[in-house]
Amino acid sequence: MTQNIMTTTISSAIRAGTPLLFASIGELLAERSGVLNLGVEGMMLIGAFTGFAVSYNTGNLLLAVVAAMAAAAVLAALHAFMSVTLRANQVVSGLALVFLGSGLSGFWGQRYVGMQAQALSNFSIPFLGKIPIVGEVLFNRDPLVYVGYIIVPLVWWFLYKTKAGMNLRAVGEAPSAADARGINVSLTRYVYTIVGGAFAGLGGAYLSLAYTPMWVENMSAGRGWIAIVLVIFAIWDPLIAMAGAYLFGGISVLQFGLQVAQIPIPANIMKMFPYLFTIIVMLFTSGEKMKKRFGAPSALGVPYSREGKM
Amino acid sequence: MSDIVLKLSGIVKSFPGVLANDHVNFTLKKGEVHALLGENGAGKTTLMNITFGIYRQDEGEIYINGERAEITSPHRAMEYGIGMIQQHFSLVPSFSVAENIALGLKGSKISPKVDLVRKKVKDLAERFGLNVNPDSRIWQLSAGEQQRVEILKLLYMNAQIMILDEPTAILTPQEATNLFKTIKEMVKYGASVIFISHKLKEVLEVSDRITVMRHGKVIDTLKKDEVSERILAKKMVGRDVVLKILKKPSAPKKVELEVKDLWSRGDKGIYAVRGVSLEVKSGEILGIAGVAGNGQRELAESIYGLRKYTGEVKIEGETMRPLSVVSRMKSGVAYIPQDRKEVALCGGLPIYYNLFLKKPFRVPEFYLNPYLFNSSRLKRPSEQLVNEYLISTSSLNLEVKYLSGGNMQKVVLARELSLNPKLIIAVHPTRGLDVGAIEFVYKILLKARDNGTAILLVAGDLEEIFTLSDRVAVLYEGEIIGYSKPDESHLEEIGLMMAGVRKVKK
Amino acid sequence: MRLKIEKRNESASTLSVLSMSVLSVVVSLVILGFIILSLGKNPIDAYIQLVSWPFGTIAGLTQSLISMTPLLFTSLGLVLAFKMKLWNIGAEGQFYMGAFGATWGALFLFNHISNPWIMLPLIALLGAGVGAGWGTLAGVMKARLGVNEILSTLMLNYVAIYWVNYLVYGPWRDPASYNFPITAEFPKAAILPQYTANGINLGMFLAIAASFFVYYLLKWTRFGFEIDISGDNPKAAEYAGINVKKMIVIVMAVSGALSGLGGMMQMSGVLFRLQPNFSPGYGYTAIIIVLLARLNPFVTVVVAFLFGGLIVGTQQIQLFLQIPFSLVNAFQGLLLFSFVAGEALLHYKLRWLKA
Repeated sequence: MTQNIMTTTISSAIRAGTPLLFASIGELLAERSGVLNLGVEGMMLIGAFTGFAVSYNTGNLLLAVVAAMAAAAVLAALHAFMSVTLRANQVVSGLALVFLGSGLSGFWGQRYVGMQAQALSNFSIPFLGKIPIVGEVLFNRDPLVYVGYIIVPLVWWFLYKTKAGMNLRAVGEAPSAADARGINVSLTRYVYTIVGGAFAGLGGAYLSLAYTPMWVENMSAGRGWIAIVLVIFAIWDPLIAMAGAYLFGGISVLQFGLQVAQIPIPANIMKMFPYLFTIIVMLFTSGEKMKKRFGAPSALGVPYSREGKM
Repeated sequence: MSDIVLKLSGIVKSFPGVLANDHVNFTLKKGEVHALLGENGAGKTTLMNITFGIYRQDEGEIYINGERAEITSPHRAMEYGIGMIQQHFSLVPSFSVAENIALGLKGSKISPKVDLVRKKVKDLAERFGLNVNPDSRIWQLSAGEQQRVEILKLLYMNAQIMILDEPTAILTPQEATNLFKTIKEMVKYGASVIFISHKLKEVLEVSDRITVMRHGKVIDTLKKDEVSERILAKKMVGRDVVLKILKKPSAPKKVELEVKDLWSRGDKGIYAVRGVSLEVKSGEILGIAGVAGNGQRELAESIYGLRKYTGEVKIEGETMRPLSVVSRMKSGVAYIPQDRKEVALCGGLPIYYNLFLKKPFRVPEFYLNPYLFNSSRLKRPSEQLVNEYLISTSSLNLEVKYLSGGNMQKVVLARELSLNPKLIIAVHPTRGLDVGAIEFVYKILLKARDNGTAILLVAGDLEEIFTLSDRVAVLYEGEIIGYSKPDESHLEEIGLMMAGVRKVKK
Repeated sequence: MRLKIEKRNESASTLSVLSMSVLSVVVSLVILGFIILSLGKNPIDAYIQLVSWPFGTIAGLTQSLISMTPLLFTSLGLVLAFKMKLWNIGAEGQFYMGAFGATWGALFLFNHISNPWIMLPLIALLGAGVGAGWGTLAGVMKARLGVNEILSTLMLNYVAIYWVNYLVYGPWRDPASYNFPITAEFPKAAILPQYTANGINLGMFLAIAASFFVYYLLKWTRFGFEIDISGDNPKAAEYAGINVKKMIVIVMAVSGALSGLGGMMQMSGVLFRLQPNFSPGYGYTAIIIVLLARLNPFVTVVVAFLFGGLIVGTQQIQLFLQIPFSLVNAFQGLLLFSFVAGEALLHYKLRWLKA
């Protein structure tokens, strides 16, 4: 019985953590390049809506996921244009993205409310899925969870072990140094902001195609913001971000565990937990001291211009 | 003609309101060290930034080895064999030395060839006497070591034209001597060097030819053996300069500032000031010499109450509470910090705000009702200060960020000195100013001294220390390592102390 | 001739700022038109309805003024915070908490008081106080630990909304409500004077009075002078003897108090009982209002009125043209984008070069 609670809790934590995982990996990449994109919430919503709508109209899940990523990437490109080309205020531009994403998805999505569409279903990975308990918990999930498993180490390897990753880190930390070595700062920032947006869209698609397979207005419910906090929590390291995402996922599914354990906490109080937990996490991770050592992007949010202040 | 590696012809570059380069011509011969001499704001750095592709010129051409070159970016400049060490180093702090050098190198497809670089860097370091560990992270290195990394980077890329922008500003005299040796070594291997400086002595020591710039124009290009310090100074400033401002002997009276066993941590959390004790009397200037980064900033900030400390700070015998700027202001302490833009001014606010950042509520003689106060009431007294301190501006409403560096410093001085302070803490008060403005600052500080103000002067430039101070203390790694007298004859002694060599007690 | 983009060496003129604002609204409207078109609706029709109802009919105008009130209170709170470059995104949560405080006072703490002259100030104080507390929370975290206020205030919004939900679904639910998640109605003494049958009440005038108060704070007090300095350069503020951390906490508190007061007015003036999701995002719309009003408290009144009309008008076209209400959010996003782009462009000017 308790074992059952455990496995259910862990596996639902992983499911709840997966959209956070994608969104925070995306934000991590954008921030590593020096662009602060506060619009994750908006991009996730556009992703969630687009994914659902495409699945509903075509029944093609792969197409749905790709479309979700592309739609969110378009919004991200807008932010990149504002931040990189116009050198506008990244905070305001990010907020604008939240409004726009939430507004457009709600606007176009209204006629999909209450509809049913093709959703992602679980499949057991041969061999691995047969391992007792672990197999059930980790390897009997939907395909996007597996993508999460693979993408994180891949991003880590990319960041720290490849030339392109090194360039990316340099652009976020010392753009003028990168520029002097022939790395195109603007292009790098565009690319990773857009890629980051695509990841946020993937996180959104996970919500509407797998986690709760339907479309509800503002269904991301602040996950985009939590993803931004996760990036800080992870000191811009994808592996820590992964652990953090699953941890946050665990917090947000705590209510099921407590329900099963028959601990009476009202549902609305329970729903506060992820947000309260996020605040608590921020209390412990907001110090400036560690950041430099771990290569936090010190040019984060600062537009680059070769001529400096002129 | 074949020995001319770089030729700049008719370069014009303007910024809003300033003509930074006005039809400048310049040539660099193979294997020479060519100094570019001029005051702050003369256009030396702008010219070299154009050569290095950071700026684009409005007019004019650049020729490399006789061929017209379009230098659109620093990267392009490097492909032409031009490398530059800027005043702000171009390094990634969390990367290792080897990674910094490997960054952006062509060749390998996926992974960077850090190992290969590490080996080659070791060789180069040995050959040129540049001692750096290729595996250290940049943020762990001192400014001098970081400069060596920059040099290694140029050597690694086999740069034929090397531009060094004020490289000695962050070095001890002894480190500077080592740098000059390295430069000569590099020239031996065929490189040509452009050396930007406003210091006459080092220009004469290191260069073969000297080009003097003033107000964006080239005044003259001279061979080293044709000139003297005096001629260069005249060309640089445009008139005879009294290199020594005459000052009356000081008449120190009662102790204004007393610091006892002060300890204070720097931003990295390590002690930057380690048990400093000192005294400044009214009517005297105590100069604090030392290489930048030896605790000067932390010392000044602690005394002014901006930084936590342990130990004691007394103003006129009264013990100050740490971290209380207000109590300092009430006791008549003025502070001219080293980063005037970052610390002393609100760039986005008008001049009249900035002239009265401190006064309106905290200085008894200038008390205004905090519940019935409109900032426009500051305009009339501001007008007076603008006239008195010769601040040139189109309007009192102009935001301070649009002022020139010299005028910004005048705003700070006007504000601080109009408080009639008993003690002035001045940190690098002339950094980035031209000679006219420097003279202005000197005169004002000396006048304050003669009127009985105590002044604690922190400066990196020994000339400035010699010109102004009555006593000199040398700060090394957060300690006062010794005192000396402010004249040339003690230069070597002070230089040794700056490098950490304690004075031998007699 | 070559065109060169360069930074201005002086501030942009009022005229260019004004024309840039008009331009951003026009651009947003044009893009929005295409978005409306994408649903197969006629944008011209929509715009005519959007304007004619809230600004062209008495009933619509009244409604616009009523929805201006919460917008104005939350916006004024943000004016102070944004002046200090504190990105308080938490007006929404502070608004909810103010409503919670007012309800708490009206229904539970002071329900025995029957004199409105005592009751109303008490619950106003309580609403403002709880709102202030909610703002202070973020302020203290920012001042003491450097917690980013954007993220903390946002998280606190969710907490506030769920808190109100918890109360109205749980302990505060009116037993006589047939299981609807609402509290009991406010007692008579806790209801603001009503001037028309359709809801114009004292709250609106108090909101306008609050804009004078904010103007006074900013322009005629030391506090306002210190906000200017701390907002422009916190380091210089410390250097001038201003306790910036204290300023952060106080400004967040005042900011939250104004939003909280807005929540109280909404309860006592319009809704008379606490219920879930009673705000269509007033606190978020406020962000856009104050940015477009360039942090001027009086311009804020005008812009808040226009946005009140926008909300009412969109409700109208939702009803009659079946255009989803989320259009408001999309429009606000577009406005914010064109605002921020315009703002960036104002930093530059074009100059012709010879050669």
